[in-house]
Amino acid sequence: MEVGIVGYGAYIPRYRLRVEEIARMWGADPQQTKRSFGVEEKAVAGPDEDTVTISVEAAKNALRRGGVDPSLVGAVYVGSESHPYAVKPTATIVAEAVGATPEMTAADFEFACKAGTAGIQACMGMVEAGMIKYGMAIGADTAQSSPGDPLEYAAAAGGAAFLVGKLDREAVASIEATYSYTTDTPDFWRREMRPYPRHGGRFTGRPGYFKHTLSAAQGLMRKLGLTPRDFDHAVFHQPNGRFPVEVASELGFSMSQIRAGLLSPKIGNTYSGAAMLGLAAILDGAKEGERILAVSYGSGAGSDAFSLIVREGIERKRDLAPKVSDYLEDKVYIDYATYCKFTRKLVR
Amino acid sequence: MHVPRFWREIPNRYTLVGTRCGHCNKVFFPPRAICPRCRRVGQLEPFRLSGRGRIHSFTTVYSGPRDFKDQLPYVLAIVELEEGPRVMAQVTDCNGEEVKIGDEVEMVFRRIKEEGEEGIIHYGFKARLVRKAGAGGS
Ligand SMILES: [Zn+2]
Repeated sequence: MEVGIVGYGAYIPRYRLRVEEIARMWGADPQQTKRSFGVEEKAVAGPDEDTVTISVEAAKNALRRGGVDPSLVGAVYVGSESHPYAVKPTATIVAEAVGATPEMTAADFEFACKAGTAGIQACMGMVEAGMIKYGMAIGADTAQSSPGDPLEYAAAAGGAAFLVGKLDREAVASIEATYSYTTDTPDFWRREMRPYPRHGGRFTGRPGYFKHTLSAAQGLMRKLGLTPRDFDHAVFHQPNGRFPVEVASELGFSMSQIRAGLLSPKIGNTYSGAAMLGLAAILDGAKEGERILAVSYGSGAGSDAFSLIVREGIERKRDLAPKVSDYLEDKVYIDYATYCKFTRKLVR
Repeated sequence: MHVPRFWREIPNRYTLVGTRCGHCNKVFFPPRAICPRCRRVGQLEPFRLSGRGRIHSFTTVYSGPRDFKDQLPYVLAIVELEEGPRVMAQVTDCNGEEVKIGDEVEMVFRRIKEEGEEGIIHYGFKARLVRKAGAGGS
């Protein structure tokens, strides 16, 4: 496959809510809650941020690294489960704001937390078919959770954008192969006109997250004839801090292989942004020739697995936009009341 | 504001497209149709501003219009863009004590306001401090 990543960009809002603060609110034991979720704090969108603005920030960073004239971007796909409008695409606003309109195609993708990687696959197909020169795939969310629901400890905001193009000297990575695993599994859902999602509880981890993530990773490695030892880095969807560590260990990956992309302990679960932000964090520090496994997961349910090989373009491009670590360091803590105001949970 | 007016101004609001006089090179934002210096010989063309600038002046708003009530107190600044024009913009992701005259800012894309729960959402630019060690430091 002759398709690569020519630019990538991350964005994480500045605001952080500590798990202790959420636990204090609901009378839970803070240390035990932190341990059981593997999350210390989560990123929260500011009052003037949403999936559109997060996508624009990430896409602009991807274009800076790509060094690409935005008018050459032939497709913009935004994967999210928190699009600001029920009807009216996020992708048209984002495409207009980055200067990609009007000679292009755009659409919103929905598949719980894996809609962004579905966008990468769509762009890969279109680039390879020669339909477009560059395609922008974005995964971004301002994840909603009902107050007091266990989801609240991790549901977070953030996003990442990948600019997909033909593989040449400008590429930061080649996409060696992709493999998906999909079934109808009702582990997590939100009905029309309902503000917060529902879920099947903790038992859904096994038939949902684990089954699909493991199957996609194993299927991709089988297809390529590779084993975990052939990869320098791996990143998995991160609904909390524990699942990705457990899935890595079941597959035979070591902690050192997943460390660079494991962000959920510091930012929570950014849903559609999670696996893609982890991949961006890996690219921030990767060397030419390294191989990366990236596996997303979306409830409902499915996983997209990718094998990438880092190319020479990374050295020239990684410093052209803020890194994930810059966003991790630049943070402001808020209390639960401010969180309620920012996420519009106050009843008036 | 009515939907048609918001829509017509999208290129200015989203991507800072102003105009530049092809005769004297002066940049205008918001866009002007006629260069006040060159008049008839001036030729104005669309021009996209970089979005980089400095705080020319600012104030902290403690009592603002209803649309911005949830963001009080917020910082409102006159930003001098590097191409010359000065624009009024809210400074996002900061508190009043952090902002100083001369501070470097970049224009970022944010929600400005919305027309109730059923109307359209107005997006546009706000200024953000360029924090050397942090996220804005590109
Ligand atoms: Zn002139």
